Amino acid sequence: MIKAVMVMNTQGKSRLAKFYEYLSVEKQQELIRGVFSVLCSRAENVSNFIDAESIFGQDSRLVYKHFATLYFVFVFDSSENELAVLDLIQDVLPSVFVETLDKCFQNVCELDIVFNYSKIHTILDEMVFGGQVVETSSSEIMKAVEEISKLEAASNAISLIPKSASGWRSR
Amino acid sequence: MKEYIIRLVYVEMLGHDASFGYIHAVKMIHDDSLLVKRTGYLAVTLFLNEDHDLIILIVNTIQKDLKSDNYLVVCAALNAVCKLINEETIPAVLPQIVELLAHPKEAVRKKAIMALHRFYQKSPSSVSHLVSNFRKRLCDNDPGVMGATLCPLFDLITNDVNSYKDLVISFVSILKQVAERRLPKAYDYHQMPAPFIQIKLLKILALLGSSDKQASENMYTVVGDIFRKCDSSSNIGNAVLYECICCVSSIYPNPKLLESAADAISRFLKSDSHNLKYMGIDALGRLIKISPEIAEQHQLAVIDCLEDPDDTLKRKTFELLYKMTKSTNVEVIVDRMIDYMNSINDNHYKTEIASRCVELAEQFAPSNQWFIQTMNKVFEHAGDLVNIKVAHNLMRLIAEGFGEDDDTADSQLRSSAVESYLHILGEPKLPSVFLQVICWVLGEYGTADGKYSASYITGKLCDVAEAYSNDETVKAYAVTALMKIYAFEIAAGRKVDMLPECHSLMEEFLASHSTDLQQRAYELQAVIGLDAHAVESILPSDASCEDIEVDKALSFLNDYIQEAIEKGAQPYIPESERTGMLNISNFRNQDHHEASSHGLRFEAYELPKQTVQARIPPASLASTELVPVPEPMYPRESYQTTTVPSVSSDAASTELKLRLDGVQKRWGRQTHFPSTSTSNSTSLKTVNGITQVDGSNTANSRTRETYDSRKQVEISPEKQKLAASLFGGPSKTEKKSATGHKSSKPSSHMVKSHAPKSSMEVASEKTSVQQPPDLLDFGEPTVKSTAPSLDPFKDLEGLLEPTTQVSSAVNHSSTAAVTKSPDIMGLYTETTAGAHHKDSDILSGLSNPPMTNMVGGTTTMQVAQSSKGPNLKDSLEKDALVRQMGVTPSSQNPNLFKDILG
Repeated sequence: MIKAVMVMNTQGKSRLAKFYEYLSVEKQQELIRGVFSVLCSRAENVSNFIDAESIFGQDSRLVYKHFATLYFVFVFDSSENELAVLDLIQDVLPSVFVETLDKCFQNVCELDIVFNYSKIHTILDEMVFGGQVVETSSSEIMKAVEEISKLEAASNAISLIPKSASGWRSR
Repeated sequence: MKEYIIRLVYVEMLGHDASFGYIHAVKMIHDDSLLVKRTGYLAVTLFLNEDHDLIILIVNTIQKDLKSDNYLVVCAALNAVCKLINEETIPAVLPQIVELLAHPKEAVRKKAIMALHRFYQKSPSSVSHLVSNFRKRLCDNDPGVMGATLCPLFDLITNDVNSYKDLVISFVSILKQVAERRLPKAYDYHQMPAPFIQIKLLKILALLGSSDKQASENMYTVVGDIFRKCDSSSNIGNAVLYECICCVSSIYPNPKLLESAADAISRFLKSDSHNLKYMGIDALGRLIKISPEIAEQHQLAVIDCLEDPDDTLKRKTFELLYKMTKSTNVEVIVDRMIDYMNSINDNHYKTEIASRCVELAEQFAPSNQWFIQTMNKVFEHAGDLVNIKVAHNLMRLIAEGFGEDDDTADSQLRSSAVESYLHILGEPKLPSVFLQVICWVLGEYGTADGKYSASYITGKLCDVAEAYSNDETVKAYAVTALMKIYAFEIAAGRKVDMLPECHSLMEEFLASHSTDLQQRAYELQAVIGLDAHAVESILPSDASCEDIEVDKALSFLNDYIQEAIEKGAQPYIPESERTGMLNISNFRNQDHHEASSHGLRFEAYELPKQTVQARIPPASLASTELVPVPEPMYPRESYQTTTVPSVSSDAASTELKLRLDGVQKRWGRQTHFPSTSTSNSTSLKTVNGITQVDGSNTANSRTRETYDSRKQVEISPEKQKLAASLFGGPSKTEKKSATGHKSSKPSSHMVKSHAPKSSMEVASEKTSVQQPPDLLDFGEPTVKSTAPSLDPFKDLEGLLEPTTQVSSAVNHSSTAAVTKSPDIMGLYTETTAGAHHKDSDILSGLSNPPMTNMVGGTTTMQVAQSSKGPNLKDSLEKDALVRQMGVTPSSQNPNLFKDILG
């Protein structure tokens, strides 16, 4: 299963971190730092796989991909295929991001992730559920995400007035 | 509010405490607005864990939301279920989730399945009655749901293969349909039909087909199909290919599939992408278990990966080497490993590689000398990371030798060990474990061969004790070693004069805070005061291997007891009789508990029926003892770990046996462990009239016998092989090819083939020049190709004469040389590869090699030689050449092979 998904910039600041098993905040930070220290020591043009046993314990590998100023990192155990996960990072994820954020991925920068934080989480939830990859077709993910945002917008528009009205009345 | 919560999530991700906002997130999930609710759920899943106090407030909402009409609400709730529901709350939501399995929306069905999967991971018993649901969902109309169902099924099958054998047919048919593109176009991905589902299915098939011929046979066609259809240009295609290889290497072997797997691996290894190389190495490691011979064609690629700057790749390659280590190549591999171990700082990996070195060295050591040197290196560089057992093993090995009858060899071994240790002691900082070994060996054998005087050795030992004054174990070892040396001196009738620094050391220890050190110092003092005869019986020379008899019934105290009873003392009543109604084990247990904890007992009270069970373990344990322990080097350890559970479940009698076992072994091998005295005393106390003791003892000694004999068997063929191959360090590329030939090669040829090695750069050229005549004699089918190649060789030679270097020749501006040289190399490798293969063929076919074979032997040597030459240098041209050589043989081999075989 997938243990964690992280996005961090080249300075080691995490931009997205999702752990599929509960870890305390301190532990999470420790792991993020550990991962970053490994990542930044890696040269260019080497493989995207790292043996992460020293950071995450027994039976864990790490696959990362470097885009512009961001590292995308997946941590998982032996029940996943490294190349497949790498593909997930370098093809599925970008294409979904690109379509969602309505931009060319070359220009997707850290700030886009920061500002669309909940959206990114939604995408990730559609893709990886409870530590398992459930959806890999980017069009399916897109469909789901669009539907969600449409419904959310609709429900928001309806609930906006009574909500604020009730809030006002109770005051 | 929504924005704030998201900010809060972000803040917590950056590592700050945001716990004050948790309650707001919980409140948000009660909201009616979908957007707010979903945000709330998102925050809650990120903030809380399943044991958090606020969970109670959430469960009710989740229950309500699972019944919602809006499927997005249901999805959000399911998301939270995965993360936040713990074992106790599973029953609260389970019925709703089972209902959701039939939800019209496929997204909901998918998530419901994953939620059930999560429950299964958390507590398998809670959903055990729902397993059939997974099978049903496998037939879901939506491929996404079907794909998701594979995840829980994979887990279920991993845990219990046999009850899912009936699904093989359905999995195969699903895989077939997927591979034949029966799925909707939406699942195509880089022109591959649903690759992720294929991967999952292949993983499952690998599990189901392992060591099951019947099941495997069903899979052969479909796996073969996928091999053919996979497009190896895209990443995902390679992922599926890799999964196919894994599957092939795990199911019952099929020659045809193995062949295509080997092809795929060679494609991986030849690719420029490090990722693919990594996968290739990994796949090779898997396949090598079934067909070890495929590694031969990839030697060069593997060596390349070993030299690669990429750490991950290097580690994977070491893993592969570890798997393919044999007695013939262990020296090279372990040397490589130690070199690498020195170069890294990562303690975790250092420990791992050190333990692997030790394991390989123990398993395949060609000679004692080598073993000791290797262990020295490992200890020196990673001493503190090595298990203490390894040190004990080393000491035992030095003490026992290799179980040979030849005493001189043993004493030679010891003196060489002593010498190397005295040398190593000069190093400034040594790990504690290593120092213990050094002290022990110096104490036991330092003066045995008379090369070093007692005062020299004792001086060294005192230095050690002083230099590492904060390590008490080392000091204890040093004192004991001192005692032994003095004892040997006294026993030999020589006058003992203590060095002044030794005196001061003793004084310090006599006043030491550590009782252990103090006792040792007093013992030393006492021993020095005794006469030669007494000393000899206390510490006989070279007796560390002899078993020490322990009088467990304390019979030597009988007189004293008799006397006491006569004087009117109460006779001893066994504990079992004293307590009356309680049986021994119960009493022991209680006693133990009282001793350890006077206050509260935190562990659960044992169930009453366990006392009955306690009777059973001893018998079964005795039988396990008789069975040879799989791990030859740690019989005691493995034994102990297996019995630990029964010890805790108040089986006092087994505990007793266990301890005795440990004591016996320790005493049998070593006399000087700090812990022996204490464990000994406990065993003596607990013995009291229990007859099982003898049984355990005999069983124990029996296992030791079998263990010893096995070790002898293990070592002797290796030694013979090494003796047969006088030839020193085999070159690294030779590793594989040499395995078959070494023993049969006549020495004259070895010298001949050895000669080019000394001439450095020209080596490859020379060998290639003398190559063709050999091959012509050989009269093999590729004569035609060699005949024309003679001229270019001469040409090349002519070009080379002024420079005598390949690289410079290639660099030479004349284009002819540049274009020709690869050709030549290609032809050359072609022919040699042919020779090489024929040779190995003959070798495997006939036990008595004919004359031609010797020629073949040299040619293979030269292959190794010439390929080694360029490899050592860094020049790019050479690298390219080597690569080409690595490439051509593997592609040519099959054809040539067929030619030869007819």
